[in-house]
Amino acid sequence: MKRAINYVPSRPSAILLALLPFALVLVIYAIGSEVRLADNPSDKLMPSFGTFADAIDRLAFQENRRTGEYVFWTDTAISLQRIFVGLAISTVLCIVVGIPVGFLPYLRSAFGAFISAFSLIPPLAVLPILFIIFGLGETSKIVLIVFGVAPFLARDVALTVAQIPREQIVKAQTLGASTWQMMTLVVFPQVLPRLFDSLRLSLGATWLFLIAAEAIASEGGLGYRIFLVRRYLSMDVILPYVAWITLLAFLMDYGLVLASRASSRWYHIGRGA
Amino acid sequence: MTHIAIRHLTKEYGAATILDNVSVELPDHEFCVVLGPSGAGKTTLLRILLSQEAATRGEVLIDGKPIDSEPQPDRGVVFQRYSVFPHKTVLANVMMGPQLAAAPVTGRMWGQKRRALRERALALLDEVGLAAHLDKYPTQLSGGMQQRLAIAQALIMEPKVLLLDEPFGALDQSTKKAMHRLILDLWQKNKMTIVMVTHDIQEAFTLGTRILMVDKRRRDPQAPEAYGSTITEDIRLDPAKKPPLSVVEGEGDGEDAHSMRAIFAQWRARAGDAVISDEVAEGLKAVV
Repeated sequence: MKRAINYVPSRPSAILLALLPFALVLVIYAIGSEVRLADNPSDKLMPSFGTFADAIDRLAFQENRRTGEYVFWTDTAISLQRIFVGLAISTVLCIVVGIPVGFLPYLRSAFGAFISAFSLIPPLAVLPILFIIFGLGETSKIVLIVFGVAPFLARDVALTVAQIPREQIVKAQTLGASTWQMMTLVVFPQVLPRLFDSLRLSLGATWLFLIAAEAIASEGGLGYRIFLVRRYLSMDVILPYVAWITLLAFLMDYGLVLASRASSRWYHIGRGA
Repeated sequence: MTHIAIRHLTKEYGAATILDNVSVELPDHEFCVVLGPSGAGKTTLLRILLSQEAATRGEVLIDGKPIDSEPQPDRGVVFQRYSVFPHKTVLANVMMGPQLAAAPVTGRMWGQKRRALRERALALLDEVGLAAHLDKYPTQLSGGMQQRLAIAQALIMEPKVLLLDEPFGALDQSTKKAMHRLILDLWQKNKMTIVMVTHDIQEAFTLGTRILMVDKRRRDPQAPEAYGSTITEDIRLDPAKKPPLSVVEGEGDGEDAHSMRAIFAQWRARAGDAVISDEVAEGLKAVV
């Protein structure tokens, strides 16, 4: 009998093992749904897969009779646009603020503590303020995402900058580098892969802020739809939407991994990734 | 011609005195090795020469002019670790310095100038034995190769002085010897001044034309920080009369294995009768 740690699955069995929990959840759901529907055919809590298909077909592949839109895709487009604009602004902000604050001692003294404090403000607590200032339109939702993600990212960037060994910075100066050149040619490329990692970690928070903002005040979007149909106990819509949001989040996460590998090959060499 | 004058240098951190009134003159093309026990302030001395730290009192002159208050290309440096940029390939690391002065915004040269620089970089990399590893990143190199890269990266700036802060301290013995050979060659060829900090006495006598011992002249057991270090020994060595380096020459990674075999042979010879011959070993096995 070997130690458990020394049993390593082969590649095919590793893939099968990875799929197993997903299959298990589906099977358990199917059984549960079957049992409940046999008991009460109009049960709304655990719809059958056929009901899901009907709901998806109705929302994604048939025009809405009132608006002439394909609701599912319109919701997706609205939410993705909010997320991408919010994340893009956050990324630019965190680089433009985080690198100088992390790198220049005077700026670090002046703004380091401020950014740390700022990033600890719970964004959802200031959501009413954003609605009051920016109204109920797109701006307040994007601002909420930026408010929630950018300070965290900027703080992380500043910390990453501070971790670059002093030797490298001195060496760069002996090669004649200016402050600008050190920030753009030495610091930024080394911050980049870490930034991709932190962006991945903040995807969960980003979706949280988006759905919260959409749930409270919106006229479209994935989060809006979920909270709208909640009133009719439409699990046949809510569950596919949740699965779709999860898939989108997963694809964004994977996209960030690919972008990181493409842009910072040095970082991934020897990390097996 | 490079003449370095260190005059009445004192460095204090609050109440603690690290260096106390250090004065020394280094003529052109000196290979100066600074020795000293841990905490004696030899690295502090190097940092002051580099302008990484400022002296409390006193001054450093190169060719009669006080050194700039910031690190500048006239003084190149190789640290024990982290001297190269991990996000750049070997070739890009060496090509970086000259491009910075030429292109203040982008730090990138183009066309004819870039090709000329590339040729220079290739020649230097060939000299330090990294010609076969141009497109590798530093994490893919061994410790010795990383230090070769750091040296090439510093030399392409043609500094008046090359400052070395325990550059071979983290290397194994055979790599260290190969690096000694390399640095002596480069020192001869480039006619620059080298100031090197180490705690390896053998290394100091192997390399140096000048050996400075930095240590405390007085110790107060009640207040160990009260007295700073100064130069307690100042030896000149004639490189022509030194015994030659006993290491077989080689290239790249191969040399490590090569000199390893040479050193192994020496140790085997020194072990003499203690080495059990093959026949006896067979006999022992049979008994067991």
